[in-house]
Amino acid sequence: MTRKQRRMTIIGGSLAVLALAAALVLNALRDSIVFFSTPTMVAEKHVPAGRRFRLGGLVQPGSLQRGDDLAVTFEVADGSAKLPVAYKGILPDLFREGQGVVAEGALDANGVFKADTVLAKHDETYMPKEVADALKKQGHWKDDYGAKPDASNPGATAQGNSKGAVR
Amino acid sequence: MIAETGHYALVLALGLALIQSIVPLIGARLRDPALMNVARSTALAQLVFCGASFVALVVLHVTSDFSVANVYENSHSMKPLIYKITGVWGNHEGSMLLWVSILSLFGGLVAAFGNNLPLSLRAHVLSVQAWVASAFYLFILITSNPFLRLANPPIEGRDLNPVLQDVGLAVHPPMLYLGYVGFSISFSFAIAALIEGRIDAAWARWVRPWTLMAWIFLTLGIAMGSYWAYYELGWGGWWFWDPVENASLMPWLAGTALLHSALVMEKRNALKVWTILLSILTFSLSLLGTFLVRSGVLTSVHAFATDPTRGVFILLILCVFIGGSLSLYAARASSLKQGGLFAPISREGSLVLNNLFLTTACATVLVGTLYPLGLEVLTGEKISVGAPFFNLTFGPLFVPLLIAVPFGPMLAWKRGDLLGAAQRLLAAGIGALLVLALVWAWAHGGSALAPPAIALAVFVILGSLTDLVERFGLFRVPFATALRRARGLPRSVWGTAFAHAGLGIALIGIVCETTWNSEYIGTMKPDDVARVAGYELKLDDLFQRQGPNYREMIAQFDVSRDGRAVSTMTPSKRSFTTRGASTTEAALLTRGASQLYVSLGDATAEGAIAVRIYHKPFVLLIWWGPVLMAFGGVLSLSDRRLRVGAPKPARIQPHLQAAE
Repeated sequence: MTRKQRRMTIIGGSLAVLALAAALVLNALRDSIVFFSTPTMVAEKHVPAGRRFRLGGLVQPGSLQRGDDLAVTFEVADGSAKLPVAYKGILPDLFREGQGVVAEGALDANGVFKADTVLAKHDETYMPKEVADALKKQGHWKDDYGAKPDASNPGATAQGNSKGAVR
Repeated sequence: MIAETGHYALVLALGLALIQSIVPLIGARLRDPALMNVARSTALAQLVFCGASFVALVVLHVTSDFSVANVYENSHSMKPLIYKITGVWGNHEGSMLLWVSILSLFGGLVAAFGNNLPLSLRAHVLSVQAWVASAFYLFILITSNPFLRLANPPIEGRDLNPVLQDVGLAVHPPMLYLGYVGFSISFSFAIAALIEGRIDAAWARWVRPWTLMAWIFLTLGIAMGSYWAYYELGWGGWWFWDPVENASLMPWLAGTALLHSALVMEKRNALKVWTILLSILTFSLSLLGTFLVRSGVLTSVHAFATDPTRGVFILLILCVFIGGSLSLYAARASSLKQGGLFAPISREGSLVLNNLFLTTACATVLVGTLYPLGLEVLTGEKISVGAPFFNLTFGPLFVPLLIAVPFGPMLAWKRGDLLGAAQRLLAAGIGALLVLALVWAWAHGGSALAPPAIALAVFVILGSLTDLVERFGLFRVPFATALRRARGLPRSVWGTAFAHAGLGIALIGIVCETTWNSEYIGTMKPDDVARVAGYELKLDDLFQRQGPNYREMIAQFDVSRDGRAVSTMTPSKRSFTTRGASTTEAALLTRGASQLYVSLGDATAEGAIAVRIYHKPFVLLIWWGPVLMAFGGVLSLSDRRLRVGAPKPARIQPHLQAAE
């Protein structure tokens, strides 16, 4: 083989692998990304049941109910809309009513959000970034949420049976 | 006083770095040895001053001087001594100081041990090293000064984030930084080669040990971080495809590719331009990792602070260094002479294949990490890219790579014999098929992909052993001869075999843990019994205890199997009063390579407690694999041929320099 042919072999091989990778990436991006929504966005967009997304907002005070065998229900609110959430498992260390939360899962036929992962953070002043941005956009931003976690490390904890949790 | 001394030392280090970044370059232009030698003394002096600055911060933390903002915000007088020391880098400012300290350490090492480098190359390398250092000194001094005083010193500090109060913090960040920053050496060498317009096999001989050292630390650092997350965060996960983890994985992938391509360059004087590019990319990815973690664009346990000016500053550093080095590369790469030629099927060819898959896998991780950020900037839409994405992209790309791993070392340089290699790997292949059949017959439940994945891992392990066996001629020559040959084998050959086998071992752990993990989640009262994977865990007692700076609730479990007592496990939940935060301390029981994992949730009003119990089969292999890889790296590093500062062989072996 000449130098040119050898080089073409290598370049051809590289292009083939790159094409494969691009195909894999595009395919995966179509199927496996998860969008973020607030209760208001869910109400406006009519998200179909069974489609996975991340729900963010504040845990509605007084809505947390514990059932048998670690089942819990609570409501996530963003000021203008509320969405009931059902979860089974151990809630994060800093899950509190009135605080920000992000849950991942899908709506069921009755319009209840079945979460398989609930994320909250290890810090009193912390508000998940997505939630903070969404609330700001709607004008429900309160200054006390914005108490900058300047030195207080917002150590996240996520609990649930999913492995795709945010740290 | 100490704080001011530390601050002043840092300013002096910046001054020295500025001198070091300019004077040696002028010296190299004018071919003035005196000016070029300035690099050596300034690099050493810079190490002294930067080290002094770091020591000053450690002293401030140890003595709990709460008049310093950094100490006040991250320390507490009741904190155990080890966490006072590790707390130094458990915050943004301190961790950046550790970053530059390690950078100056590497600069100092090149200066101290670089006596056999060509003078102008050393001047250039140290000068580039100083550019990076200057940028980061400026960053620290302008945006994140750890020595700022408070006007009204409080009596007590705010304590370190409880999650970080763990021995993991003593090991994980320094290891990771030694890895990240270690790649700055190969970057500096690459830029120096581009400036000089000259590069040869000696260059690769020089770069390889540094890259290898950085790679060993990065491997251990990532593995350590993963194990830390596994036992500290309390739900038994060890890898989450979180952007912060990806930020460390990307330099590792690129660094692994660099390690292999530098080999081709050293042995065959080929792939020069590509090796230079990989050096630049690896360090760029390290910088990108620093940016992602430190700028606050991501929210994670690693993002200590979200101050926009810092993000902008690091982004600026990132753009200048990545943009600058890539432009230099574009302008100068064509002036580097092309090296040796080789057939597609050869050792070089297999290493090119390795590079191709590693860099492509790295690119998919990059896309998955940056896509959500990019999409949010462009459309405002928020998405998260999680494990499913990476399983669908990274996984398929690693399969052909793993299949090719045992073939690589069996192929000869220049022109290999694929059929011969396949014949020699026949035993390994048969072994893998046997394992496949066994696992298929034995395993119940789980993914159908698991048995083939384990067989692939076994193939990689057996293939690496086959390479060793072939080289001693075991089973073909008398045992004593084989033993003598084994002793005479270069250590780098052993290193290769161990590192490749480590890959297979880690894969077995990953597959077993994800497929046959069993769990029990529920509430338990004292004397309740939970059964997981043949073990019985009886909740014996629940009690409170006071720690140095926390209170903890401890649950005591009696573990038994088939009626025989095995051990007791005591997971706990700690609440730290100063921060009002709590952490979950999981209890681990190691049985062989498998582990039983218990962590606690909330206590209910009726005196019961929520518990999570996992049985994780072969989970320890996930970390033993990387440890074995790092051990292989150390063996390779101790090889005479690569020893830093080893004299060049007097007679260059003809096959190394074979003509095209």
